[in-house]
Amino acid sequence: MRNLIRFFIRHHVIFLFLILEVFSISLIFRYNNYQRVEFLNSSNVVSAKVYSIYSSISDYFSLKQVNQELAEENARLRTQLEDRIVTGRLINFHDDPDSLKPDYYYVPAKIIRNSINDQFNYITLNRGSRHGVRPEMGVCTADGVVGVIAHVSENYSTAISLLNSKLKINVKLKKTGAFGSLEWDNGDYRETVLNEIPFHIKISQGDTVVTSGYSSMFPEGIPIGKVIKVGLNKGSSFYAIKVALFADFKRLNYVDIIDFTRKDERDKLEQLEEQDKK
Amino acid sequence: MIKQVLKYGGMFIFLVLIQVLILNNIHLGHLITPFFYFLFILLLPFETPRYLQLLLAFFLGLTIDMFTDTAGTHAFACVLAAYARPSILGLLASRDTYESGSLPRVSTLGQSWFFRYALLMVLIHHFALFYLEVFSFSGFFGTFLRALVSSFFTIILILLSQYVIYRD
Repeated sequence: MRNLIRFFIRHHVIFLFLILEVFSISLIFRYNNYQRVEFLNSSNVVSAKVYSIYSSISDYFSLKQVNQELAEENARLRTQLEDRIVTGRLINFHDDPDSLKPDYYYVPAKIIRNSINDQFNYITLNRGSRHGVRPEMGVCTADGVVGVIAHVSENYSTAISLLNSKLKINVKLKKTGAFGSLEWDNGDYRETVLNEIPFHIKISQGDTVVTSGYSSMFPEGIPIGKVIKVGLNKGSSFYAIKVALFADFKRLNYVDIIDFTRKDERDKLEQLEEQDKK
Repeated sequence: MIKQVLKYGGMFIFLVLIQVLILNNIHLGHLITPFFYFLFILLLPFETPRYLQLLLAFFLGLTIDMFTDTAGTHAFACVLAAYARPSILGLLASRDTYESGSLPRVSTLGQSWFFRYALLMVLIHHFALFYLEVFSFSGFFGTFLRALVSSFFTIILILLSQYVIYRD
């Protein structure tokens, strides 16, 4: 026993080295399984605080741009509202008051950190569990989809950016309704790749890609981007489609987090389906 | 002792802030970022106990990981470089070996010595970092190039800093 202890003391450097390296590696592998290591991401207190102080200063430089974008969005929303009042869709014909509740709420949030040059990009937001943010909520701007919430702390949250190949989003083509999945290919931050659209579907440059509404993260029809290149994959029956994103990831500032009020209900229902398959 | 702790603690915070607030927002070309924070490990005194070097490198890496959402990638690369440091110092030992109490600086050991030292250390760190990041991602040659170009910019920054800030 004494020899063993002496052995460890004599070789403590190599043991410490191995322990630290194994620990680092295990962190990397565990991180891949979606939201495990709670304290080790940029929504933790220290790093989120630093980023929010920094962003409160750097925001002044983009005020003009942001103002203009907000004004444009206001105008667009006002037109939509007019439309709805005219067509009477704001008045629901059910008597059940609960059914009048909107399906989706939008939590406005500000981006306090954003990356576009990593291979797996993340975004940190200044809203957390106190504001009703939960993992797997969608994040979008007026232009289009931005990402999905991954980790949440009390006042902050981090989102997996669309520019992260770990995120796949269910989308469809606005014109034909054909659906596929969108995935970043680690290339340009302005483009992503649309997969799983079979050959028999007609597709042309300039077609708009929108969310499908098949997952409870995004409502149907939020714009994402437009088709810029249609290619053929050798040896597969799907197109290789390049999509130019509407949202400019280099200049993201304010976003909306989408809270689907009936998410639990829908998830529970769809879980039953999974059970049926077994 | 207290003075040392304050000095190196201040340097730690300073370098981490520079890295996450400024350098991580610089995109030289695509996917290339200089990792200047690594300077901390380079400048630790020769006599720092090896276990302390490893622990400091680990916490430095982990702090950067926390800010950039990269799990343990930076921690791994930093610990590896810190482990290799004594061997590299041995490799570069000139005839007038390191005097006790001296520091690894340009002023004490000369420009060419510091350059070779920084070069070897940065290469170890960057190659470990980039290949670990790639793990589930193809393209051996692209990664090689990225690691090389990033190393180049890191070394330029480190050398410049020696003439601007740390002239002691």
